[in-house]
Amino acid sequence: MKFTHVPGQNAKHRVTLYALSTCGWCHKTKGFLDTNHVQYEYIDVDQCQGDERSEASNKVRELNPRGSFPTVQVDAEVVTGFDEDRMRELLEL
Amino acid sequence: MNAEERFPDEVLKTYERLKKEAEEAGYRLNPDRNFTLRLVQGLLENEKRYGYLCCPCRLAFGAKDKDVDVICPCYYRDSDVEESGACYCALYVSDDWISGKKKHGSIPESRPARFMRDGYSETPAPPSSPTPSSLPLPVWRCKVCGYLCARPDPPGKCPVCKAGKDRFERFM
Repeated sequence: MKFTHVPGQNAKHRVTLYALSTCGWCHKTKGFLDTNHVQYEYIDVDQCQGDERSEASNKVRELNPRGSFPTVQVDAEVVTGFDEDRMRELLEL
Repeated sequence: MNAEERFPDEVLKTYERLKKEAEEAGYRLNPDRNFTLRLVQGLLENEKRYGYLCCPCRLAFGAKDKDVDVICPCYYRDSDVEESGACYCALYVSDDWISGKKKHGSIPESRPARFMRDGYSETPAPPSSPTPSSLPLPVWRCKVCGYLCARPDPPGKCPVCKAGKDRFERFM
């Protein structure tokens, strides 16, 4: 899977975002991470094709059995949906 | 930060049409204009990719029969707006959402997990379901909003929610 790396000063945690390029809540999640200068990597699963698309959606279901977007992995924790409070807590913001 | 973003004309036009249709039928579009315009842009992007307006916040299978329940307006909209104040992507919201009585945020996914994994499938009708042959005409039900009508065939478009003909089921 090809992730896009977003550099940021806040690199204390390993943050991986599984998103859809068309989704408003995924867009808000990216905006929240950017505003808080969090370093993260993301993949827009709707822009993947073939094997990469199935690999990415299987990974999302492994982290979040509903298979919904956005799914954010912060170290070993998983946040589903745009949940600002939970992200602040995990990212110590 | 809240300045109006630039959107292509087709997005603005579709937004105005959806807003008008929603208001005429008693629905509300999300008043957060930038957020809503982005969703409309996502819908149009999905229409180009798949040939139908798949929900921008759900991953399409790319086959209409597997995605039919999440073509906008989706089968889950009305109950999600009622219970959570917004549909899954928050294109449609309730008055309580607009007034701030309902917390703004993403809502839980109502689409069954098996549809998320394998795509939509029809639930077979129970064998005992009544099919009165005495009716002069069949009754059709819109699976998006529940509109019922008795006529030889389903309407081309639901007069309430504008869902297409293929989203009607034989009800009686």
